[in-house]
Amino acid sequence: MAEYTPGYAGTVTKYVFIESPSMTPGELALRAYEASEGVLIKETCFGLQVTGEADAVDRLIKVIRSIDPDHIFVKDRGFPPGDSRRCRANLGGARPGYLGHEREFRLLRYISRGLEELERGEGEEPEPVPPGHEKRPKLDIKRLQDLINLEEP
Amino acid sequence: MAKVFIYPATSLILSDLVARFGHKPLGAALGIRERIQTAGVDSPPLQITPEEPKRGLKYAAVEVPSGVRGRMAIYGPLIEEAEAAIIVNDADLAFGCMGCARTNELILFTLRQSGIPILELDYPGDEEEGVRFVAAVRKFLDGLPEEVEA
Repeated sequence: MAEYTPGYAGTVTKYVFIESPSMTPGELALRAYEASEGVLIKETCFGLQVTGEADAVDRLIKVIRSIDPDHIFVKDRGFPPGDSRRCRANLGGARPGYLGHEREFRLLRYISRGLEELERGEGEEPEPVPPGHEKRPKLDIKRLQDLINLEEP
Repeated sequence: MAKVFIYPATSLILSDLVARFGHKPLGAALGIRERIQTAGVDSPPLQITPEEPKRGLKYAAVEVPSGVRGRMAIYGPLIEEAEAAIIVNDADLAFGCMGCARTNELILFTLRQSGIPILELDYPGDEEEGVRFVAAVRKFLDGLPEEVEA
């Protein structure tokens, strides 16, 4: 069995996604480079990956978020950027995990709207009802009986 | 700052909202990062070694398939650490193989048994639901303690 020596040990990597009508990932990258101070930045089609010491990354994320707070989203990543076990350059096809990001990326505009609304109506927001709970009524007992009766003997 | 387990554990939206509102999201990336950054035996792609299913015995019985126990070795410690949880029900992006599906069921079961405060919701399908989704998450997180006593 081969020995494993980790690269980028002790660092933190985070994804930064931008879904903004007023800024592109390229522009965001330029702004991020200005404030990077030693943090490794990789530009992607959806935003950035930033890698570095935890404190430095958190500081950079704070700066990045302040550019367009309602349209910039951040999450942790386990792998460092360009890791051959994950990078599509080595694997071909979409990077594992990308499809999940793609799915959620479509919902970001709703979340952005929610964040804007939250900011606007600070202090006077109505009692929030979590979405989805009023939908999907439980299976009616009569309907269940009908389904059972439909079964062929 | 409370530690909040998110489900799906890879969710961008939940991870962002929890961090944005001042708490620490506990997701899959933390467990994976720990393994990726620990020296040892080379076991690509996720550095899941034969030790993980053994560690998973703490969270799943011995007759449970090793794939589920291996995954629980990642999620189990995070669930133990969590002080609250946010669950998105019927998240289609949590789709995976049978090992993932059974692990997801076990994660949800373990969370519900743990007695920690849990917020359950669905992904928004339009702007109105988006507003309610964010407001519900915000309200839930505001109710969690800022500082946890040691």
